[in-house]
Amino acid sequence: MQERVLMKGNEALAEAAIRAGCRHYFGYPITPQTEIAAYMAKRMPKVGGTFLQAESEVAAINMVLGAASAGVRAMTSSSSPGISLKCEGISYIAGSDLPCLIVDVMRGGPGLGGIQPSQADYWQVTRALGHGDAQVLVYAPSTVQEMVDMVVKAYEKAEQYRVPAVLLADGMLGQMMEPVSFPEEGAHAPAEKPWAANGHQNARKHNIINSLFLKPDELENRVRERFQRYALIQKNEQLAEETMVEDAEIAVVAYGASARIAMNAVKAARAEGIKAGLIRPVSLWPFPTDAIRRAAGQAKQFLCVEMSMGQMVDDVRLTLEGSRPVAFYGRTGGIIPTPAEVLDQIKELAKS
Amino acid sequence: MTANILLAGFGGQGILFAGKVLAYAGLAEDKQVSWLPSYGPEMRGGTANCSVCISEDPIGSPLVLAPDVLVAMNAPSYDKFIDAVVPGGLALVDSTLIDRKCKRTDIAVFYLPATALANEKELQGLANIILVGKMIAERPFVSFESVGHAIDKCVPARKAHLVEANKRAIALGKSL
Repeated sequence: MQERVLMKGNEALAEAAIRAGCRHYFGYPITPQTEIAAYMAKRMPKVGGTFLQAESEVAAINMVLGAASAGVRAMTSSSSPGISLKCEGISYIAGSDLPCLIVDVMRGGPGLGGIQPSQADYWQVTRALGHGDAQVLVYAPSTVQEMVDMVVKAYEKAEQYRVPAVLLADGMLGQMMEPVSFPEEGAHAPAEKPWAANGHQNARKHNIINSLFLKPDELENRVRERFQRYALIQKNEQLAEETMVEDAEIAVVAYGASARIAMNAVKAARAEGIKAGLIRPVSLWPFPTDAIRRAAGQAKQFLCVEMSMGQMVDDVRLTLEGSRPVAFYGRTGGIIPTPAEVLDQIKELAKS
Repeated sequence: MTANILLAGFGGQGILFAGKVLAYAGLAEDKQVSWLPSYGPEMRGGTANCSVCISEDPIGSPLVLAPDVLVAMNAPSYDKFIDAVVPGGLALVDSTLIDRKCKRTDIAVFYLPATALANEKELQGLANIILVGKMIAERPFVSFESVGHAIDKCVPARKAHLVEANKRAIALGKSL
């Protein structure tokens, strides 16, 4: 690790991708993530990489499909409406078993919505980032340092399981500056990719990257094989941070920027003698069901805090299967909830 | 102990830059820091504001809603944020641009003609930094040495000739 510098989340994650060996970035500008493209435009030529501003989001994601097919660490980034446009391509990438990195710096929706921070795309990224029976890895950093660490993690896990990975941030994390340090260049080299469709001087049989299977039994077999990998991911790759959960009677669940606000509220609740704790899902898919179930050992009730009308709360409820009441508090449209609002919710629950 | 600082004014007054200097000064002392700008259409003219937190502990919410210190550099910002300052807090008001007087008695308010002083002392555009100098004199969240170090870091190479002017602006603010 090197000296800590002050950087915006967007710029830090772009630098992290370059250090992780990404040399192919394809994007299209949209607030609040345009700094990623701007940073790549500056840095990529200096490291012999490719920065390409595509003619649209659709073109950019299909360029990622092409580059990932050749086995390189490719990347695109966008914000909510732009991610919707990329969904077709992401489905093709998932159906072609290709690893890649997709960054979504969420803003308020639906439609063009607004440009302020939001978490209203949880359902989209964890349920249906494109058509078909498919999942993508989803990582949700909550600090600028984690934006860096999760980029490395996302590439490694995407390659290990041959699935696309999404780094899900929001306008607050993208725009804010915090101290950050980077791993040494080349510390996390890409994995070998014997499946890649790249040049080989006729040294082997050619590889085919494809997502079209017209025979139903063949397609079903492909999907079933992929779901075996998904099961491994759900078993082995859950990530969550648990703070003051051991004796918590009220377990607050929040990810990303919301988790920072919830942390302030949980600490304030503790100062008032309320046994509150925070579970912060770091991987959203796979959802950290183990951490939620563990907390249910002593927690009498749960509170989900999100910058949406309530999306991740579904996964908390599915995990608990009705064994504990799950309350929800959220703000949406670009409004960031305040620690005081969340504290009020915790106090209200503590009364019951 | 976390210092929550809110800087607010027009786009172009160096609100974000002043915040960056404070954040870098905190970093120089190995503290936890965060810097969060407003990034709406206000970046293209209109009002701009910036939240800075400096703390010994990890920073939760980086959004400053109840500032310990408010720097107000235009009247709309003053009107919007003066009541949000925590009791016992500090407000630094650029009195060249804001003709209001605060009725609150539970906060310390300094009215400083920072923009006029900047013009007078050939420090055009550095009213923001003059106010930072005064802030650190009143509330030493960080040392003046760290602020000097932060200025070295924050002034871009192509504007290196402005490092000295920024440091003079800090000294001027400190002397007020």
